[in-house]
Amino acid sequence: MADLSQQLQQQVLDARSDKRQLNIVAGNSKASMGRTTHADTLNVSDHTGVISYQPVELVLTVRSGTTLTEIEALLDDNNQMLAFEPPRFSEHSTIGGTLACNLSGPGRPWAGSIRDHVLGVRLINGLGEHLKFGGQVMKNVAGYDVSRLQAGAMGTLGVLTEVSLKVLPKPAAVRTLSWQLEAKQALSLMLELAGKPKPISAACWIEGQLYVRLSGAQSAVDATLKEWNGCDEPDSDNFWRALRDQQLSQFQSNDPLWRFSINPAAEIPSLDHLSIIDWGGAQRWYRGHQDKHEMEALAELAGGQVSLYTGGDRTADVFHQPVPALQEIQKRLKASFDPDGILNSGRLYSWM
Amino acid sequence: MSNNNKPDKTELCRLFRRFIAPEFVISDAETLKPYECDGLSMYCEMPLIVVLPETVDQVQEVLRICHRYQIPVVARGAGTGLCAGAMPDATGVVLSLAKFNNILDINSQTRTARLQPGVRNLAISEAAADYGLYYGPDPSSQIACTIGGNVAENSGGVHCLKYGLTVHNILSVEMITVEGDKILLGSDGLDSCGLDLMALITGSEGLLGVITEIQVKLLPIPEKAQVVMAAFDTVQQAGDAVGGIISNGIIPAGLEMMDTHAIQAAEDFAKAGYPKGAQALLLCELDGTAEEVQEYIQQVEKLFLTYGATSTRTSQTEAERALLWKGRKSAFPAVGRISPDYYCMDGTIPRGQLAHVLTEMQKMSEHYQLRVANVFHAGDGNLHPLILFDANVPGEFERTEEFGGKILELCVEVGGCITGEHGVGIEKIRQMPVQFNKQELQQFNAIKDAFDPEGTLNPGKGIPTLRRCQEYRSIEPSEEISHG
Repeated sequence: MADLSQQLQQQVLDARSDKRQLNIVAGNSKASMGRTTHADTLNVSDHTGVISYQPVELVLTVRSGTTLTEIEALLDDNNQMLAFEPPRFSEHSTIGGTLACNLSGPGRPWAGSIRDHVLGVRLINGLGEHLKFGGQVMKNVAGYDVSRLQAGAMGTLGVLTEVSLKVLPKPAAVRTLSWQLEAKQALSLMLELAGKPKPISAACWIEGQLYVRLSGAQSAVDATLKEWNGCDEPDSDNFWRALRDQQLSQFQSNDPLWRFSINPAAEIPSLDHLSIIDWGGAQRWYRGHQDKHEMEALAELAGGQVSLYTGGDRTADVFHQPVPALQEIQKRLKASFDPDGILNSGRLYSWM
Repeated sequence: MSNNNKPDKTELCRLFRRFIAPEFVISDAETLKPYECDGLSMYCEMPLIVVLPETVDQVQEVLRICHRYQIPVVARGAGTGLCAGAMPDATGVVLSLAKFNNILDINSQTRTARLQPGVRNLAISEAAADYGLYYGPDPSSQIACTIGGNVAENSGGVHCLKYGLTVHNILSVEMITVEGDKILLGSDGLDSCGLDLMALITGSEGLLGVITEIQVKLLPIPEKAQVVMAAFDTVQQAGDAVGGIISNGIIPAGLEMMDTHAIQAAEDFAKAGYPKGAQALLLCELDGTAEEVQEYIQQVEKLFLTYGATSTRTSQTEAERALLWKGRKSAFPAVGRISPDYYCMDGTIPRGQLAHVLTEMQKMSEHYQLRVANVFHAGDGNLHPLILFDANVPGEFERTEEFGGKILELCVEVGGCITGEHGVGIEKIRQMPVQFNKQELQQFNAIKDAFDPEGTLNPGKGIPTLRRCQEYRSIEPSEEISHG
């Protein structure tokens, strides 16, 4: 537990004056995401500690290098949780990295993402300025929402030093139902169930089996369980955790892993039978050697985007290419935070 | 780009009338008059011209012309905003999106709606009700306010704690840049690759672009909703009761508090059966499945009594629920009846600071000799002090503004912020340097430059330029408030 923000700030200032690029690293559990770049390491992993946590305010503020393990242990003691279910790729995974990569677990369509739960950040921009945005309250519309802008920015806009998050009480009851179904039928049932005012909290289809999780008040979960008439899965926590952390066997291969973030109702007939359909249809995983342009075309037809999540050629662009007008804005925005391009340049896109 | 040959008003009207129906290019003083302010009518300015385009192409062309000649553009929805964010620029064009009032599509399978920006907030839920769905954010002005304005301000409402703000409930927006280019932010999916421009646009108060289409998420209408009302002898007890509910793992759909002045005004107006002798009143709405609501209602009633409630009442019918809410929802006009004018503030504070903030505010109230009534989104810490004043008494509005400013500074001091949901606009631009330092404001200005380097989109709002910060600092009253 240490506040290293001044040292980190100095390192950014030094890099700027030496015209050196920096690669921001904390737990190093997400190095396989984004593009591979060559730059000096800026290590944030010792910048750790809980700055404030008042369970009754539902707000937690931590230094960015704090591990998810530590945060979740603390919340657990107060029967609270990070409702966006951050994936833990290793025990060293940190909250800063989770925000930078915008990672959320199976409950995301219902409970929201880390982007939805972030209330404020402190960050060091490319000028070496240590800045504070947002705050520690649920509602705050003063100034631009720089905090949420960090979600998925892969560290290209600044070195995150502090993150304030909304936390929530754990549900009183959690149960899982399953049905044996083909992809098409599973998708249609997911969408149908998600349209009902019931305490659904996750829906995933994998290898011919649809799993639907219910979380909430005991009475609501029990009543829905009876009404929905699926197979009651007794010990499903491990399944959801393995899905969240990408530990299921389907993720264990060196083949390129593609992630589609698309219209939940979209069908991709050529891939559906090989995919994992998560997020109630809105996130699909697919493993295989495919052409990125073809995958992008499929994703666009499905109302969304695709990224080469892990594997494959990581010196090329791995995220869905935006149209030129959006590239231009993103480049200018990057320059507004980091005019000399020293922070994680090239991690997100080759052109910024 | 050159503005050497900046067209005059007549010429500009002629340019617009080449592609917009002549009657929708307004330039005469009488017809311009209703556009001089938004919901915060203390701040007025007559625009040069108002245009009401009917197609996205027309919006693009308006922006292209204004960009070419560097003419300020102020986008406007229903004009219900409370921070003068839509106040016109005297040398500029008001771009009204009022004609864009169509619901383009409701998809019951994906639970989404595609909307033009001028669709009223409440109209979304009314249309979605046929499918058993509704739109979550419900600002108090929802009868009139539009979804485009909601995105611009990141509007909230009484159900934010459980259902989130506008930013949590939209999937994509189509935006026209200052140059007149059309871009799509977000997608049908839940996230997009690259920088989250949609998050940045939401709440940006029309400073970064003009929104021409929005895709929102819809939610299944809960099976049941019930509200518990509880009266308390002290604000502290009511505040503790709010904490007690949350500590028990219950996230209510709505959790509202009113102080004694607000209770009395609301009761006189709405006759909802509020206990007029109470110092604080809580309204706690639970929604969900029938079983869940029953379970939580019992717990909440019990908790309120444990925390010292002098009375509780639970709605037994939809009519009774509506009545209990009527008092709260009409609190602003109700306060309007007991004072010639009122000024609504919008700070957010950590909930635990409520009693302290209300005590300090009472001292300020005595100092400024202005009454203040409080309504509070207690679940999420968003405080709406209503300062009562009479604009016809010379100097009283100035005193009110100063009082309001001090309240916002107090919010920042206790760890909160200057605006929870109304936005900065012109109204709170003086308080921005209280919440943000020079470098942070510089960063905001750099973001603005990335979208609108000439600064023609809604100039003078939201983010103070640094020159202005210094001016504001230098005019800060040096006299400190006496706390004695």
